[in-house]
Amino acid sequence: MQYSWFNRNLKWIYTLPAVIFVLLMMLFPIIYTFRISFYEWSMSATTPPLFVGLSNYIALFKDERFWHATGSTFYFTIMALGLEVILGIAIALLLSREFKGKNIVKTVFLLPMVATPVAMGLVWMLIYEPTIGVANMMLKSMGLQPLLWLASPNQVIPSLVIVDVWQWTPMIALIIMAGLATLPTDPYEAADVDGATAWRKFVSITLPLLKPTIIVAAMLRLIDVLKTFDIIYATTQGGPNFASETLNLYGYVLGFQYFKLGMASSLLVIFFALVMGLTLFMIWMRKRLEGTSS
Amino acid sequence: MKKSLKQWVGVGTTVIMAATVVAGCGSTPENTQQPTPAAGATANAKPFAGKSINLVAANHPWADAIKPLLPDFEKETGIKVNVESFFEDQLTQKLTVQFTSGSATPDVFMYRPLQEGKLFYKNGWVQPLDDYAQKAKDYDFADFAKSAVGSTTVDAKLAGIPIITEQEILYYRKDLLQKAGIAVPKTLDELQAAVKKLHDPKNEMYGFVARGQRSPLVTQVSSFLYSEGADFTSGDKATINTPEAIKAFTTYGTLLKDYAPPGVLNMSWPQAFGIFAQGKVAFLTDANSLYKNATDPAKSQIADQVGFAVMPAGKAGSKPYSITSWGLAMNAKSGNKDATWAFIEWATSKDVVLKTQQKGNPGARASVWDKPEGTTGFPADLVPIIKESSKNGVDHDRPTVISVGEARDAVGEIVQKWMTGETNIQPVADKANAALQAIMDKDKTK
Repeated sequence: MQYSWFNRNLKWIYTLPAVIFVLLMMLFPIIYTFRISFYEWSMSATTPPLFVGLSNYIALFKDERFWHATGSTFYFTIMALGLEVILGIAIALLLSREFKGKNIVKTVFLLPMVATPVAMGLVWMLIYEPTIGVANMMLKSMGLQPLLWLASPNQVIPSLVIVDVWQWTPMIALIIMAGLATLPTDPYEAADVDGATAWRKFVSITLPLLKPTIIVAAMLRLIDVLKTFDIIYATTQGGPNFASETLNLYGYVLGFQYFKLGMASSLLVIFFALVMGLTLFMIWMRKRLEGTSS
Repeated sequence: MKKSLKQWVGVGTTVIMAATVVAGCGSTPENTQQPTPAAGATANAKPFAGKSINLVAANHPWADAIKPLLPDFEKETGIKVNVESFFEDQLTQKLTVQFTSGSATPDVFMYRPLQEGKLFYKNGWVQPLDDYAQKAKDYDFADFAKSAVGSTTVDAKLAGIPIITEQEILYYRKDLLQKAGIAVPKTLDELQAAVKKLHDPKNEMYGFVARGQRSPLVTQVSSFLYSEGADFTSGDKATINTPEAIKAFTTYGTLLKDYAPPGVLNMSWPQAFGIFAQGKVAFLTDANSLYKNATDPAKSQIADQVGFAVMPAGKAGSKPYSITSWGLAMNAKSGNKDATWAFIEWATSKDVVLKTQQKGNPGARASVWDKPEGTTGFPADLVPIIKESSKNGVDHDRPTVISVGEARDAVGEIVQKWMTGETNIQPVADKANAALQAIMDKDKTK
């Protein structure tokens, strides 16, 4: 009798630990953050949290720094994600061919991905150092004008994008290489018979067949790029003069440097909604695209 | 939430008071026979035998110097000291989280008085030490430099004991000055003229460097501010938009904008010292405690050419900050307050300060500085500069508020805006002043 009850409910019993884990480690913090976002709380023992309704949100919407951070977040995300996807596809196509030393090249490509972001940040800070850094030495040796890189309000985000692209393009390439390996061979054989050029084959066969893979890779990366914190914090801490301050960074500053925990929470709630919305949009797009391509 | 927290605080205080009473009785019976444990170090028996306290230290040379000395203390008093070490920022976060949850550990910790002092004190996390320090025999609290004690004092109460002090000084290149026939600048005007003369960017030689990053620069612009007769605040008012303050901000900003190496907007002290040590800069202003970055031949190509001078004078004279950068404080909820004080008393006693100072940790005791053996850890020509700077120094190097981070960002923005080419600086300063005023007003409600 007992045995059959166990058997019948097996699927619930086995998933229970995972469900409990998700509830405890993910749902609780989210709900708690949501709750704190309606309070004014400065981590002070003498002044307890004070319910302030929506005023944290209103204060944020009136805050220039918040809007600037939102702009920087999107600027950084669009540039980094765009470059990573394009370069990722190109690298995957290159690496899916057979050539000598392919495995070594593959390993070298994957190295940046396994490096610790904060350590990487420090290394890139040296590379970008305007007077003694390698980046400007290279520019000078090519006869180009040296740049200020991280120290210029205009150049700082593109410079950070380069770091992110350097570190994370391999991940996109890896996923797309996996996708390429599963592609059927017959369409290519048919195209060869028709005498199609390599470019034509890429645009008309490879790209449409790869679309679902590319979207998955882009979606995974999108969420991560939006949340980028370590590289920026390690190199510029949001500077110079807030020029590279993204939402995630501003949230950290509000919470752990200004001790405005309520306002930090409301910022994170907005950010959470933003990431959630974008992810849902990507999923919807993927379904739609898959619908048209099949 | 409101009510429960209040209740919790009330209950917490009662529990702590009870706990202190219990702790006073001691966990081992022989402790009850020691009515004055603070003087116990000299008593025949080990007054605190079997006790242990927790020390949270920063990864700092002072901690490295004190650790080998701990066995002496443990032998003398019978107190076991458990040490944990953290990086600066992690230290603050760890302590904040631990204290917010009302933890009784650590008993004693290193902290940055001007960064966290007010926050910790106002939250009731640190034990005022006035009574301990005044009553202790042979401790000679009057020996501590006034400005150093000023840094660790909050609302006229002693929140911690100074262990590391620092002043802002002028670093310069002896060889360059000599070659150009320039005397060591005594005033800010002379400094500007000398910087201008030595600035030669075509040959990668720059006149001046200092911290240009928004928040780090605030502590270093402070000496410029005081020397021009200004301050961040005056009484209850923020005063970073006064003409004197703007003069100071623009002087510092101009030196960096026009005569510093490219990329100075992103420099904190490691980058500034890095490029100075590469031999590419003539002048640098920063804390004296960092001198090894310029004089250590392993780090510096110009190690033997570095000169030290007091902060150049402005309208109000030479007024560098002279502060306590690290202090030792006691957890208000510690269950071993007397044992903890015994440790603090020992660690900041004349003997131990002499030993840590000989390893290059500038202490706050005048008597140690006056002894010839007290200055062996420093370059001979730096010692008179330190002594003079601490004489006329100001006891803070940033706005003394609870939310220091927010206040620093407000002040730093004025200088950064000037450096990025903003010419109409008054409105920027007015806005920053309003922000600082708001932070100060909020402090009063806490």
